[in-house]
Amino acid sequence: MNTIAVRIYDFLKAFPPFNMLLPESLLSICKSIEVQYVEKDNFIFKTNDPVQDKFYVVKDGDIGLFTASNELIDECDEGDIFGLRALMRQGNYLLSAKAIEESIVYCISSTLFDDYIASNSEASKYLMANLVSNYRKSNIEEQNHNFFTSFQHTTSGLQDFLEEQTADYSKNPITCSTKTSIKDAAILMTEKRVGSIIITEKNKPLGIITDKDLRTKIATGLFSIEESVSKIMTSPVIAYHTNITVAEAQIAMLKHRITHLCITKDGTVDSELTGILSEHDIIVIRENNATVLIKEVKRSKSTEDLKQIRLRAQKLLKRYIEQQIPITFASKIITEINNSITIKIIENAISFMNQPLPTSFTWLAIGSQGREEQLLFTDQDNALVFDDVPENDIKKTKDYFLKLSKKITQDLNAVGFEFCPAKMMASNPKWCLSLSQWKQQFKRWITSPDQDNLMLCTIFFDFEPIYGNKQLVKTMSEGIFESISNHEIFLNHLGVNALKNPPPLSFFRHFLVEQSGEHKDQFDIKARAMMPLVDAARLLILSNNIEAHNNTILRYEKLIELEPQNKELYNDCLIAFKNLLHFRTEQGLKHDDSGRFIDLKSLSKANRLELKNCFKAIKEIQELILVRFNLSQFL
Amino acid sequence: MLWFKKKKYPAFWNDYLKKFKTSQPKSIENTRFVVFDTETTGFDTLTDRILSIGAVSIFNNIIDVSDSTEVYLKQDEFKAETVEIHGILKEGNLLKINENEAIEQFINYIGNAVLVAHHSAFDIEMINNALKRLNLPKLKNKCIDTGILYKKLDGKKESHISLDMLCDEFNIPKHDRHTASGDAFITSLLFLKIVSKLKQERYVHYSDLFRASNNKGYI
Repeated sequence: MNTIAVRIYDFLKAFPPFNMLLPESLLSICKSIEVQYVEKDNFIFKTNDPVQDKFYVVKDGDIGLFTASNELIDECDEGDIFGLRALMRQGNYLLSAKAIEESIVYCISSTLFDDYIASNSEASKYLMANLVSNYRKSNIEEQNHNFFTSFQHTTSGLQDFLEEQTADYSKNPITCSTKTSIKDAAILMTEKRVGSIIITEKNKPLGIITDKDLRTKIATGLFSIEESVSKIMTSPVIAYHTNITVAEAQIAMLKHRITHLCITKDGTVDSELTGILSEHDIIVIRENNATVLIKEVKRSKSTEDLKQIRLRAQKLLKRYIEQQIPITFASKIITEINNSITIKIIENAISFMNQPLPTSFTWLAIGSQGREEQLLFTDQDNALVFDDVPENDIKKTKDYFLKLSKKITQDLNAVGFEFCPAKMMASNPKWCLSLSQWKQQFKRWITSPDQDNLMLCTIFFDFEPIYGNKQLVKTMSEGIFESISNHEIFLNHLGVNALKNPPPLSFFRHFLVEQSGEHKDQFDIKARAMMPLVDAARLLILSNNIEAHNNTILRYEKLIELEPQNKELYNDCLIAFKNLLHFRTEQGLKHDDSGRFIDLKSLSKANRLELKNCFKAIKEIQELILVRFNLSQFL
Repeated sequence: MLWFKKKKYPAFWNDYLKKFKTSQPKSIENTRFVVFDTETTGFDTLTDRILSIGAVSIFNNIIDVSDSTEVYLKQDEFKAETVEIHGILKEGNLLKINENEAIEQFINYIGNAVLVAHHSAFDIEMINNALKRLNLPKLKNKCIDTGILYKKLDGKKESHISLDMLCDEFNIPKHDRHTASGDAFITSLLFLKIVSKLKQERYVHYSDLFRASNNKGYI
């Protein structure tokens, strides 16, 4: 009995990673914890102090972490951890920890950490991802990344992934008791349109009857339909645990030569029935995998077919997110599906036109679609470039492509990619231009970078050819780079634009939320967290004269390659962006919206820590931009 | 005194006495403080009995939960009317030990630490009376009363101030009030906060902590 330890336990159990530990492990930690009281403005440790053999959790108050030059870089409050990175690294503290308000902190020794936290894979993974040094963090990420990218476009790879997924079983199995007559059971099965019924006692599965039993045992006259189900049921049933994977389920069905598995609470027949998994369910899961969806796009006959495929892709995305499959993988799959849908629509539209193409053209996805960061249903953003034609034919040609674009955008809308309210679509005469016209357009934006033009640049610079003549796009990009190198001041303007949204430093006390409007008091994750990273990546890639890198993650990867001296920072940005994209997608799926506005109160501590780390990366990349483009004079 | 000298003490008490032979540290940082609290059947130090003792130590301004103790005592003396304060039932399911075992454990635990308690005179007297029942002399430890320590702060001259009032003033959550360990833990936070505040107000010498203490346990 230790009242004090129990009290500390009650506090810590609400926060990650402590909430991931077994109760007895956490209690052991609490029994050996040290409690430190720090008066306002007093230090727990200072820069260059040798590292203490412990790390800290804030119980009450507010601890600031300061650099040697006394710059506040992070604030920790209730439940936040600090000093762990230093403990891992050893040596001296790089930062100082000072009480901004009077505070009570819990000190946890490295021995306790090793014994109870590092040994817990979930907790250590959490700490690695959120708190421990960037170096370690990036290692984990890279491993995953390589693992997943190595087979990202091969069919077998996609299948492999599927095997690891937990099978989505039906959670409301149809059941009856042993006393039920075969006839009543069959009536129930017919009413519920199911191929099987489970006979239960006290909610534990005793046996099962499937369509096949009715065929072989009843229709053959072996048993009367008035007899009880217990006469013909197959018993015992084969039971599995709730997180059975697709592969496990198929093996089990093959092994036992059955078509239905009972899913029970603890995976034995002697526990509560929670669902049933049929061979049909497995087929449905297989149907919804990416390769199948892409094949179906190619075979589809109507926009309605495509709409259904897009909805199934959304389910697939949901499963990816739920199963923590890396967001880079998920976004590639979804982009792939969206692109194949778009291509199918373009092909249909061309044949619908019933007249040959006047010249070659390219369909461009722009903005987030161009960056392949479009996971949720959002509005369409696109543009069209067609090859130069003799002056006299321009009008005729443009009319043709406008008509084509109108058909394409309408079909996209029908499939679920709604019209862009700002009309950034190829059906808008402004964004359906010949190659020379586009070059002129970009040159105008670059030479007179006012607010509106900069905004357009940020959208149109991120274009990705989806269909058509890729050479046109290449020539167009070359034109852009030429214009930029002739007007380098443009990059400074783009830089100022990239710094528009400074990150909030601390979550609780000074979190920036929308001040008014529909989303009052919500946090705009797109504008305040994702766009700064997107804008920074674009600017840095453009300034490096690199074309054909539109995806933000790829851009940061390229930047790491180009500027190894900034590897750590770019890697932080990369991870931050992945986390944000994952987070936004998750939120969007949860609330069935764009995921853009987040209610801060709904965030878990882990989410908040994750977001906080993202802001750190944003802050650093913005500082780099400020210095590199010498922007202090512009601001 | 002659009577005491003849007396043969149990080994644990001799060990305890030995710990006072060496010179004691003279700074707050180097001193081991044991903050403790007792729950009793009532407030008469002669007739009432200790039901539980909770204690936690402080070293270098850090509370060390691993260096803490919590015991429940078997007592024949039982007053139904105080149960609602301390919550300890005569036949509860807490593991209880005899008073002599509990005192031996406590003596071994405190060693030569400086004892800290809120209104410490009462708790010290309860322990001393228990020692007396074992034919042992009084505690030798230096002692600090957080109630008295508080009055050293500027502008705090109230005669008697309860732990509850101090918790409110020093913003300490009142969890586990009226369990010996809970109160000991609260008192330990209170002690750190008062000392810290004292240090802000003026230079605090180690001996200042004991001065004006009207405690009998104080040498």
